[in-house]
Amino acid sequence: MSTFKQYSVLPGFNLALGFTLLYLSLVVLIPLSAAFIHSAKLTWPEFWSTVTAPRVVASYRLTFGASFAAAVVNTFFGLLVAWVLVRYPFPGKRLVDALIDLPFALPTSVAGITLTAIYAGNGWLGQYLEPLGIKVAFTPVGVFVALTFIGLPFVVRTVQPVLEDIEKELEEAAAMLGATRWQTFRYVIFPAVLPALTTGFALAFARAIGEYGSVIFIAGNIPMVSEITPLLIITKLEQYDYAGATAIAVVMLVISFILLLIINLLQWWVRHRSIKA
Amino acid sequence: MTAVPLLQTSPAPHKVVTQESPWARWTLILLALSFLSLFLLLPLVAVFFEALRKGWEVYLAAITEPDALAAIRLTLIAAAIAVPLNLIFGIAAAWAIAKFEFRGKSILTSLIDLPFSVSPVVAGLIYVLIFGLQGWIGPWLREHDLSIIFAVPGIVLATIFVTVPFIARELIPLMQAQGSEEEEAAIILGASGWQTLWYVTLPNIKWGLLYGTILCNARAMGEFGAVSVVSGHIRGLTNTLSLHVEILYNEYNFVAAFAVASLLALLALITLVLKTLVEAKVAQQTSRGNHS
Repeated sequence: MSTFKQYSVLPGFNLALGFTLLYLSLVVLIPLSAAFIHSAKLTWPEFWSTVTAPRVVASYRLTFGASFAAAVVNTFFGLLVAWVLVRYPFPGKRLVDALIDLPFALPTSVAGITLTAIYAGNGWLGQYLEPLGIKVAFTPVGVFVALTFIGLPFVVRTVQPVLEDIEKELEEAAAMLGATRWQTFRYVIFPAVLPALTTGFALAFARAIGEYGSVIFIAGNIPMVSEITPLLIITKLEQYDYAGATAIAVVMLVISFILLLIINLLQWWVRHRSIKA
Repeated sequence: MTAVPLLQTSPAPHKVVTQESPWARWTLILLALSFLSLFLLLPLVAVFFEALRKGWEVYLAAITEPDALAAIRLTLIAAAIAVPLNLIFGIAAAWAIAKFEFRGKSILTSLIDLPFSVSPVVAGLIYVLIFGLQGWIGPWLREHDLSIIFAVPGIVLATIFVTVPFIARELIPLMQAQGSEEEEAAIILGASGWQTLWYVTLPNIKWGLLYGTILCNARAMGEFGAVSVVSGHIRGLTNTLSLHVEILYNEYNFVAAFAVASLLALLALITLVLKTLVEAKVAQQTSRGNHS
């Protein structure tokens, strides 16, 4: 016991930790293990042919491609929005800052049907885009739009505090040494926010991969074209193909665990940087 | 502090070296605001516009018909069970992690965040694998005439799963920043553990607790993917508001779908307002902890 826990005068360690572990096991860990145990019902060749079927592979390509594109756009605009919010005064700034979290607060089904209504052929934006030959709703572009919406707050909210903490003295020193404003940004500010920016990118990407609600309405769900991986799990479940659904779920779980690991390493990098600074 | 100028130079407006030219500044502001208007403001306005497209009477009829009312009731029930349970979990987990040093602490902290990185669809699926007819205890449940999947308990369980981390992840850093000196003093002066929790710790973390609860509640009431898998979509019985939106939409009943969606959008707006109000208080409590 003494090697497991350091002495403290405070009581309640056993009760608090015991309850935490019990709750977490019952609600999260045991159910998650069910996916892995269930997938063991399949032989390895069966498992492999399920998760590499052409329709499934097409869904990976769309899910990862659209998630990546959305995360890249969010990284660029997230940095811009965080910069503007931290550095420049403008009317309505507090309101804009509060609005950033809308994608966290708005239920995904609401986001899904609204984005579809906006980008459909007769929608507010769709009616202008379609004559230009740009079809958004019911195409992979629609998936990208929905994933950009839900990933937006991640980059802003990870970069914002880091930008706030950058000391003005560093920038003054750079200016004194003759740097232009762009050089100061490129060589002083950007390296300081890079760890947070990368973390924000990874968080937005990870969230986008698992996203379901906001995507299925706007995607059109055409097999091989605009069908995301989480939807395939549901399709298989509705056909009572539990083994197939579980196999794809296990692939997604493994990918999310790897991403979680990377995000943890990135966050360690951010902390490490800020302690050194 | 007013510094006495050593050199009396001409009062020409001096350039601030750490700021961009007004031209660059306003270009960036305009660019950021256009992006946000396109991706955030436009959808928000569209929800209410579409909901009221056919006027107030149709709107009110859509949100007061029996199936919509049943969906509101179920949404409130699910949140009323999931939020308090995760609140107790959050306090227990934060007490263990923030007040004590033990091995495996960082692993435990990562495990608490796990539900955030699991796709909502997978979250629903794992409960089907346990409680569904082909699941581990599905046959036993059937013999005893109990149902969890395609029933209210499944919806509550899925809601709990996706909202587990919210309160714990607010409380852990807050309680770590505040340290344990005040609790240790209370214990040494003879207070019991529960008294210390009630009179010392809870007042210190109340804003963080409220903040986490607001976020937890928003997600609990709005969850779609996980709940969709376990619900079975039985109208009036296992439909939450979020699922009701989907059903109405798929029936091409767009005005009603957006009317119900507007209720959820309103909830999101209230969440954002409360969150902004509480945020400042949380920052105060955290910085007080850092100074002591």
